[in-house]
Amino acid sequence: MKTSARSSFTWRKVTENKLFFPLLALSLILLFDFIFIPGFFAIESRDGDLRGSLIDIFRNGSTVMLLAIGMTLVIATGGVDLSVGATMAIAASMAGILMNPSALKNEVFFVTDPNYTFQPLWVVIVLSLLVSIMCGLWNGVLVAYMRIQPMVATLILMIAGRGIAQLITNGLRVQITYRPYAFIGQGWIILPFSLYIVAVILLLTWIMTRKTSIGMFIESVGINFRSSYFSGIDEKKIKLLVYTFCGFCAGIAGLVASSNVKTSDANNIGLTTELDAILAVVIGGTSMAGGRFSLLASMIGALVMQAITQSMYAIGVPAFALQAIKAVVVILVILLYSEQVRGFVRRISSSKNEV
Amino acid sequence: MSESDQNILVMEGISKAFPGVQALDNVSLMLKRGEILCLVGENGAGKSTLMKILTGVDQPDAGKIIFNGSEIQAKSPQHAQSLGISTVYQEINLCPNLSVAENILLGHEPHKMGRIDWAKMNNMAGEALQRLLGIDIDTAQPLGSYTVAIQQMVAIARALEIKSAKVLILDEPTSSLDVHEAGQLFKVMKKLKQEGVGIVFITHFIGQVFEISDRITVLRNGKLVGTYGTASITRVELIAKMIGRNLAEFDEMTKIKLESGKHIKSDSVLQARELGLTDSIRPFNLDLHAGEVVGLAGLLGSGRTETASLLFGIDKPDTGDIVFNGEVIQDYSPLGSIMRGVALCPEDRKAAGIVDELTVRENIVLAMQANKGWFKYLSLPEQYEIAEKYIKMLNIVTPSADQPVKNLSGGNQQKVILARWLATNPQVLILDEPTRGIDVGAKAEIQKLVLSLAEEGKACVFISSELEEVLRTSHRIVVLREREKVAEFAGEVDEKTIIHAFAGSES
Repeated sequence: MKTSARSSFTWRKVTENKLFFPLLALSLILLFDFIFIPGFFAIESRDGDLRGSLIDIFRNGSTVMLLAIGMTLVIATGGVDLSVGATMAIAASMAGILMNPSALKNEVFFVTDPNYTFQPLWVVIVLSLLVSIMCGLWNGVLVAYMRIQPMVATLILMIAGRGIAQLITNGLRVQITYRPYAFIGQGWIILPFSLYIVAVILLLTWIMTRKTSIGMFIESVGINFRSSYFSGIDEKKIKLLVYTFCGFCAGIAGLVASSNVKTSDANNIGLTTELDAILAVVIGGTSMAGGRFSLLASMIGALVMQAITQSMYAIGVPAFALQAIKAVVVILVILLYSEQVRGFVRRISSSKNEV
Repeated sequence: MSESDQNILVMEGISKAFPGVQALDNVSLMLKRGEILCLVGENGAGKSTLMKILTGVDQPDAGKIIFNGSEIQAKSPQHAQSLGISTVYQEINLCPNLSVAENILLGHEPHKMGRIDWAKMNNMAGEALQRLLGIDIDTAQPLGSYTVAIQQMVAIARALEIKSAKVLILDEPTSSLDVHEAGQLFKVMKKLKQEGVGIVFITHFIGQVFEISDRITVLRNGKLVGTYGTASITRVELIAKMIGRNLAEFDEMTKIKLESGKHIKSDSVLQARELGLTDSIRPFNLDLHAGEVVGLAGLLGSGRTETASLLFGIDKPDTGDIVFNGEVIQDYSPLGSIMRGVALCPEDRKAAGIVDELTVRENIVLAMQANKGWFKYLSLPEQYEIAEKYIKMLNIVTPSADQPVKNLSGGNQQKVILARWLATNPQVLILDEPTRGIDVGAKAEIQKLVLSLAEEGKACVFISSELEEVLRTSHRIVVLREREKVAEFAGEVDEKTIIHAFAGSES
């Protein structure tokens, strides 16, 4: 008798863990892959680098993971950033033009030398990220100081951003051939290089939020900004910080994405990725109303999003139908989160234990 | 009519557990038709939980509810309402951005040709307010533009307006009403009683219990202590049953106060000079001394909270200034105040005090951490140490420091907020209604605490709508009337003098 009570108690603890439902969603999708896609879990070593569908999920998911890191903090304050996709495009255009400025002279100059670049790599990266930080800062000022609703405020840059990206490259697509830059998104050091970027940013963000008081303040502002204000928390600065940081993350994601497709395509880089990032955070269990957040859970959420895409491609869903199928799967995943379904799962599990 | 027919509502053997708390343990309650039953007990006694189970907000772990002769199990407040059980909760839960009329008639709007008939709706709501409560306000205005008291009245009107209500639950409806408004409510309650409605009335005001109720049910720590006829029990007996110990401590207060009065310093810590804000409070002078408790008394809407907001820097004054320790301050903001050593426990605990999803520990260290800034992070062991210290010191009842503060009872939440401010070690402590919605025992505890804090050398401002409490706790009393400081009394004053000052009549 006693043991059953104890086991139901621990089961409850497991289901209440923030990582439980994201992990459950991920394993359900992977289970689907295991059954229907032969060789999905096969990992081979090519010249010491690990390759396979599973690794691809991580590699292709790295942009959404990067976005989800910044997005988690923004959503935790009760806001949302719709402009991250456009910010990605701006950062990519900036990087492209710095490596191959021929577009400014209204001509497309195809560089064939993989070692040619107009500016050194560090300048390219620093300037691109600076521009994306400015984008985030802009959002932050609108939301925190102008008191515009986050969805409206970031919608402005979401729409204008792609135009700005076009302006930077004079309306042309810049081919990126510089090999060191291509390494950002395509390089491997046993694992894909972009994963190391994600790991570093994740670690830095974790330290920034959990080893300083910023994380607690973000949650506090998201839950009850009046109480937070009365307690002396500068809610505006916190919001400015998270939007700026979100822009920074989007900038890195833009570099990774453009390096992956070898072009600064202002129209397509990061298109609708902001929605993937938001969904990743939601799947990670952070409430859209703000409050408690978990970076790790958001990362799993991003992997869920990518795993869905990857699986759909693998079973042969055509690219044009992908979004529709994805929507269906996302609905199923989100259903896992509704209180009704959770309560149902708990009731079933506890009644089993009692029997 | 047999005994069972008289009972409109019987709750039997109700039990309910929340994570870490046994909120109710085998509690029974019986309500007759046309009766006012008072439900009393300390914070965390389980009064609100019992009512939430009755109205379907929470589901009981055990027990049954018999309503109007048949067993029911309310699935939601809507379901309970459709059965004939209506509630007005302790915390107003209406929509401040909707109009008064919409709030009253939400879900019962009158229609004309398939559309809502707005004119008729506003009239209906106005008529209902007039008829039920005798108040006359513009029902087309958003609810949020009215005072908390009016909002409370609207909440009551909404509950009454649901026509089939056979049982009406009033959960602390009078906690934000002044004497006149409470009187109005009692009239309505008596009228409903004659019409055969059973009323469960939850309150912390012992005086009101004896004024209005027929019988009293006492809960303590989630258990039923007993049910008594109001005529057959005395105040002292009732309070003793509620808190399970006698109240000799109350008499101690006077002694403590006299004793602590000896420690008042002569030079002022904080000095408000002609401080005022248009449409908020007229310019006033106020000196706060170390070691002294200054009581702010006044009726609802007299400007007590507005005074506190100015002193704490939430509002920027448009006339006058504040001198703090001899320096004129420039930076009017909560953070600026905290850094100077001023603290404010706000009136509205839920909206401006607690951060409900954060843990007790996080709530306690919040202001202290805000004062330290982003990067001087208190490590977890330090945070636990601080939290445990205040949990012990203020006697906060919580399973652990990691409990989300929303799971605590109102009185304990209040103590958590007090702890938050004490952790910043303030020189000036402004307490706006620190005992609102708190039981008798905890009230005395907090009053004593305020005096002992003053004795340690803090300057305290004590704001309360209960005059008795202000008198008992304060060394000096400032009276506000209609957004203006009208009088200041030092030393011993009697209740009458102050009530005259409230009313503005010469005495």
